[in-house]
Amino acid sequence: MIMILNAILVLVILINLFALGTSRMKALIHAAALQGVLLGLLPPLVVKDVGTLPLLMAAVTIVLKGILIPNMLLKALRDAQVKREVEPLIGFMPSILLGAAATAMALALAGQLAPAHSPLGLLVIPTSISMLFTGFLLLTTRVKAVTQVIGFLLLENGIFVFGLLLLSAIPYLVELGVLLDLFVGIFVISIIIHHINRAFASQDTRRLSSLKG
Amino acid sequence: MNWLALVFIGVIAFALSGPAGMLGSRSGNGWQWVSAGIAVGGGVCGLVAACAVLFGYPAETLSFAAAAPAMTVNLRIGPLSAFFLIPIFTIGSLSSVYGLGYWQQSRHPRTGRKLRLWYGVLIAGMAMLTLCQNSIDFLVAWEMMAISTFFLIVTEDQKPAARQAAWVYLVATHLGTLLLLALFAILRVISGSFLLRPLPPGQVGIGLQTVIFLLATVGFGLKAGIVPLHFWLPEAHANAPSHVSATLSGVALKMGIFGILRVLTLLPARPPAWGILLLSLGAASAFLGVLWAMAQHDLKRLLAYHSVENIGIILMGLGLALLGEAEHQPVWIILGMAGCLLHVWNHGLFKSLLFLSAGSVIHGAGTRDINCLGGLAKSMKITAAFFLLGSLAICGLPPLNGFVSELFIYLGLFHTMAKLPILSLTAAVLAMVGALAAACFTKAYGVVFLGTARRVSHRAHESGPTLWIPMGILAAACVLIGVAPGLVLTPLQHVTAAWSGQTLPALGSLVPAGMISILGAGLIAAIGLGVALQRYALRRSRIDSTWACGYIAPSSRMQYTASSLAQMLLTALGPLLRPRRDKLQISGLFAGPSQLHTQVSDPVLKDAVEPVWRRLRFMLAGGQGFQKGSIQNYIFYMLLILLALLAFTLPLTMLWKLLF
Repeated sequence: MIMILNAILVLVILINLFALGTSRMKALIHAAALQGVLLGLLPPLVVKDVGTLPLLMAAVTIVLKGILIPNMLLKALRDAQVKREVEPLIGFMPSILLGAAATAMALALAGQLAPAHSPLGLLVIPTSISMLFTGFLLLTTRVKAVTQVIGFLLLENGIFVFGLLLLSAIPYLVELGVLLDLFVGIFVISIIIHHINRAFASQDTRRLSSLKG
Repeated sequence: MNWLALVFIGVIAFALSGPAGMLGSRSGNGWQWVSAGIAVGGGVCGLVAACAVLFGYPAETLSFAAAAPAMTVNLRIGPLSAFFLIPIFTIGSLSSVYGLGYWQQSRHPRTGRKLRLWYGVLIAGMAMLTLCQNSIDFLVAWEMMAISTFFLIVTEDQKPAARQAAWVYLVATHLGTLLLLALFAILRVISGSFLLRPLPPGQVGIGLQTVIFLLATVGFGLKAGIVPLHFWLPEAHANAPSHVSATLSGVALKMGIFGILRVLTLLPARPPAWGILLLSLGAASAFLGVLWAMAQHDLKRLLAYHSVENIGIILMGLGLALLGEAEHQPVWIILGMAGCLLHVWNHGLFKSLLFLSAGSVIHGAGTRDINCLGGLAKSMKITAAFFLLGSLAICGLPPLNGFVSELFIYLGLFHTMAKLPILSLTAAVLAMVGALAAACFTKAYGVVFLGTARRVSHRAHESGPTLWIPMGILAAACVLIGVAPGLVLTPLQHVTAAWSGQTLPALGSLVPAGMISILGAGLIAAIGLGVALQRYALRRSRIDSTWACGYIAPSSRMQYTASSLAQMLLTALGPLLRPRRDKLQISGLFAGPSQLHTQVSDPVLKDAVEPVWRRLRFMLAGGQGFQKGSIQNYIFYMLLILLALLAFTLPLTMLWKLLF
């Protein structure tokens, strides 16, 4: 079990690095979708007795993060006619290096954090922290609205992975509620992207500052 | 009967009156009547309950669990809160009715519903404020009141002056809230609970209590408009719609006084210095307020400065009562406190009456510049009568209510002469203030209502019954308290005893209430007789235009203006007022048209607050770089904080070992 779990987590980290390095938005969305599907496989792996609830949660996660959300984003992309992130605030190569450095730091430091000594092995905490940083990097260095949404999605994925440690402590209802919130949030954002695009003829979020009073 | 629940119904009715009005269309008038009906119904409920508690029913408490964890809301209605609830509900309901005609939904489709929403929140917040027994709830109610006031001031947000006034107000009120936060934090640390309970004597030193007292004086004083903390007040009250100004001036300022009274009930110490401080602050506010009022030629700004004056008078009463507690003189306490409290009611009544009449003038003539008005007594008879009555009351003349409350304070100050003769000076200040107020209202009433019509006022028309019925009720209350002060002695005695917690001499034995009634009734009869005789004597005389005085071609420009009436005083007291005067340019033998413009701006705002503000902006300009308004930046700040927190959780020695 632990072996499969670790393998999936390594894949997830690789997807992070890919997300930091690509300029093509379609590829970015596909990567996020793949990550969502991989995450969906995790809940049944970490619980001791696999009942209906973990399976239900896996199904909901895969449907939402693997299918519905990526499809909404792809539709927003088609509407907005944007294909590439052309001017990131930090280049793609430095982004990958920063992401790799953050992952290395997370691996080195996570052993010091209290919940790291769980039966689930040593990889869960570092993966989650690395995903958080990836999300933050995308959010702070990219300017297109769709990329920002994906940054937010990766951030939330990091929190999801962290939540695996606490599956016994947090009721499933809460986890499902968080997923629903995420779905609604992104649903709203994709509508907003459409409007930003119409109003500014661009998806550049920096232009939103012209809305200030 | 559960009186507290009845008050609570009133509060909820006011809070709901705004949303109820939002159900209707923007341009129709139907739902504004529903909204005002709910407000008046709530006001009546609240009034009945407050009167019951004021006239002797025992105090009631209520506590229930709130949404926030480990918090309960504690409410209590006692004599003091009931006393302040009465003006809140009275003026709140009357102004709602007044708003029906003054701010008709069909004439103000954009702002009407918004105005009623925030007005309801304001009244609900003030009523809650008097009930809260818990500092957190108190602050919540305080902010409800403060924020809704901001939105009310900026009702006409298309006008730059209104926006400017609202921003100055917002800064001032938050400064006050900041001090109150410090105040309640100190109280929480001392008493170990958020409940506002009297501190046991001897637990806290006099120094710390004085700090608390000063925080309360400045924090609540900013709201009450004590000089020099009044700088936001004139512009704010002048730019709000008139029935809102009536409420802000008549009721909301008194919440500052209520706050000071409330904090004083918590503190056991009474050093004489506190009383002397409030007494001198009060005297300064009263004197400077009326002086600045004299220099104004905007009708509502003039009235707003008179609020500063009257807050000063209220504060003088309070200072006298505090001094009485320090010196163990029960007579000073009862007279000072009765004067302070009764003036809270009275000022609420006559200042609202004046603002509502001023609103009627604005409604009818379309301007509030005194120099453009004139002769309105002919076209707006009812408004003129009400304004005259309010003016007489605010000047403290018998047989009206202002006389009664000022008499209490005079009597109290006279009683101090045997022990502290220096205090009789403040009685002289009070007399001076009364005289100046009379001069100021001679100017206001004379220029606006007497004489002949000036530029705009000849188009003026009388307002409808929704405007003058509320004014009539306020005027009747002014006369009632003025002629029959015996009616209010019992509640005043009750509230003062509850506030000070001592056995005090009966107010009736100190104040000649019966004499005032006889005198008042006699005066009214004499005035009535005089008017009737004059009518009879002049019944055949020819009526010509005022100030015609035998001129061949009299012009309305030949009358006294507001500025010319006040000129003597302005030149005599130039350094205190600092009038700004544009140079008059006249050249040549046959000079062309020329203009003279004089203006007295608020000295505190112009010479103290604005320079400090500019300096602060200059000093803090470096910080503006952090506020770029881009999402990426803000997320980056969050990331930094997250990293800092992460580093904080890791033991630093571990980090050191790991890295090297």
